[in-house]
Amino acid sequence: MSDTTPDTGIPDPEGHSHLIETDYEIGQDNIETRLGPFGLDIHNPVFLISGASIVIFVIYALLAPGQAESFFGWLRPALTSTFDWVFLWSANIFVIFCLALIVLPVGNVRLGGSDATPDYSYAGWFAMLFAAGMGIGLMFFGVLEPVYYFGTPWGDEPLGVVRPFTEDGALIEENVAEARRMALAATSYHWALHPWAIYAVVALALALFSYNKGLPLSIRSAFYPILGERVWGWWGHVIDTLAVFATLFGLATSLGIGAQQANAGLEYIYGVPNTITVQVILIIGITAVALISVLRGLDGGVKVLSEINMVIALLLLLFVLFAAGAGRILAEFVAGLGAYAREIVPLSNPHGREDTGYLQGWTAFYWAWWISWSPFVGMFIARVSRGRTVREFLTCVLIIPSLVCVLWMATFGGAAINDVIANPDASAVKANVIDAYKPELSLFAMLDGLPLAALTSTIGIILVIVFFVTSSDSGSLVIDTITAGGKVDAPVPQRVFWCTFEGLVAIALLIGGGLGSLQAMVISTGLPFALILLAICVCIWLGLKTERDAVRQSGAGPAE
Amino acid sequence: MYTHIMTPVDLAHVGTLGSALDLTADLARHFGARVTFVGVTGVQPSAIAPSPEAYADKLRAFAAAQAAAGGYDASAHPITAHDPAIEIDRDLVAAAEEIGADLIVAATHVPSIFGGASHGGAVATQSRASVLLVRN
Repeated sequence: MSDTTPDTGIPDPEGHSHLIETDYEIGQDNIETRLGPFGLDIHNPVFLISGASIVIFVIYALLAPGQAESFFGWLRPALTSTFDWVFLWSANIFVIFCLALIVLPVGNVRLGGSDATPDYSYAGWFAMLFAAGMGIGLMFFGVLEPVYYFGTPWGDEPLGVVRPFTEDGALIEENVAEARRMALAATSYHWALHPWAIYAVVALALALFSYNKGLPLSIRSAFYPILGERVWGWWGHVIDTLAVFATLFGLATSLGIGAQQANAGLEYIYGVPNTITVQVILIIGITAVALISVLRGLDGGVKVLSEINMVIALLLLLFVLFAAGAGRILAEFVAGLGAYAREIVPLSNPHGREDTGYLQGWTAFYWAWWISWSPFVGMFIARVSRGRTVREFLTCVLIIPSLVCVLWMATFGGAAINDVIANPDASAVKANVIDAYKPELSLFAMLDGLPLAALTSTIGIILVIVFFVTSSDSGSLVIDTITAGGKVDAPVPQRVFWCTFEGLVAIALLIGGGLGSLQAMVISTGLPFALILLAICVCIWLGLKTERDAVRQSGAGPAE
Repeated sequence: MYTHIMTPVDLAHVGTLGSALDLTADLARHFGARVTFVGVTGVQPSAIAPSPEAYADKLRAFAAAQAAAGGYDASAHPITAHDPAIEIDRDLVAAAEEIGADLIVAATHVPSIFGGASHGGAVATQSRASVLLVRN
């Protein structure tokens, strides 16, 4: 990559960009063969090693559930407690790095070359950003988190903020406003700039090294500036295998746990029995719809479902907004933004804090979780982001989703807190979040307090399920691309395999136990990935600099 | 009888195209038809090219070489797809419409979707043009 003039004989990506010269040919390590009627085009050894190790871990979790549970049940909190400062500082660095790239001149660099045009419209692009990375979490935590921070009496209050209830549950009026302000700030902190910066770093690295540098769309490519040609060997195999591993287990355990939650919601609203059979049926149903979506492809599947979900989620948001009083909630949103801006610095500081319940139990946990998901979400975002400038990309992946998340939290959380303080003794939200901790019911308990609860709760369940479908579908795309050595046109049965495999792993773990322990394992991968992401920031910087130099030397000027 | 032949090519598997290319050349000369070579690529870098534009250049070079060797008129029609593995059939059918091809000569090769439904087969069921599938 010493050559900065585009004279390689291979034409550039559109307009000017700086290709990395490597002898590695995409797919050179692949095995192309036929298995019965199915064509295969898989990377050797990433496909086989990741497939086999996933099977081995599932068998381990099934055969020794107690051991797996006690080990990973210990490991995850041990990591997030001991290394809370690593997580917090890494995330802070990612936010600062992304914000800096927005304002620095390198923000002019366009992903895909200086003349590239965006592949997707803003609407389709945003819908896919949310559907892959966060939709499901917004449904699950939108009510839970603000209410929990607002009312918990157990010492998890952020920054030691005042409690709005006395020990025997009586409301302390003068503490309400402050507890509420901090609850929104603390929730927004977990859903705004920091998580999106984590996703943005991975996505930007992959997009840059693939679209501008000509490397295969795979996690290993981001490490080229540091590892050089070694990324095509064992270093790269390990990185890609880890990414596949984290993605598949992250999806499978979420799918299993999500099925339990959807079942709990169905029981709460319709009295559907809460049994493993119902949950297995839900997983099979979600996987079946995901398979149809997989077979319809990126534009006909994930994109369409994401857009549908976006519209339904927007309608639900507007409904809650108006049902709970638009004026009040919008004031809440503005106040939430203000509180977020004021508290972001103290909340991001890991040193000298006494609120360890919040800092380690929530913040460090979240950061580990977002980071362990970042290979999947980042790769999917990269796949759909060609043609944007770095500035536009980061503004749209960082700032706008952050605003939407703060609005979402202010609306759902604000409506729920209103419900709690209006009549604490009768509040279903308080009963299910604070008095008894039943997180899966929090959303439905809040909707219960508004008109048309049966309808909106049903819409809520549908949203949860479709968000799972889009995650499963986009996850299968990502895993297939990584295990095909960065090829996006590998035979479709491979995607079908990964999508089905994910459903089977979820069912096996649901029946045999081990969902919780394997999810703890996935989140534990957040620690090594945090360090890897810091290295990626350096790679992005090096990559952007050569890219900018290439555009400058061509005399094309900044690509706006 | 035919004036415009469309021949889909997978530049990653040129070796498997042999008889389809020979047949394309024979038919083009026989009917005095012109030929358009169509290729579908994603926006991501591939073994063929680091970008869709580079792919387009390769396809044009391929078409020019075929035309020169076979003594007929040929051009290239590159297609960029978001998800090539899925969209290829539909894209090929649409391309035949767009360029006004009246005969499609397609090799059937790996990778295919399922045993019975190769890309060529899918195109044959959907396209209004005549389709000649060439086994290799």
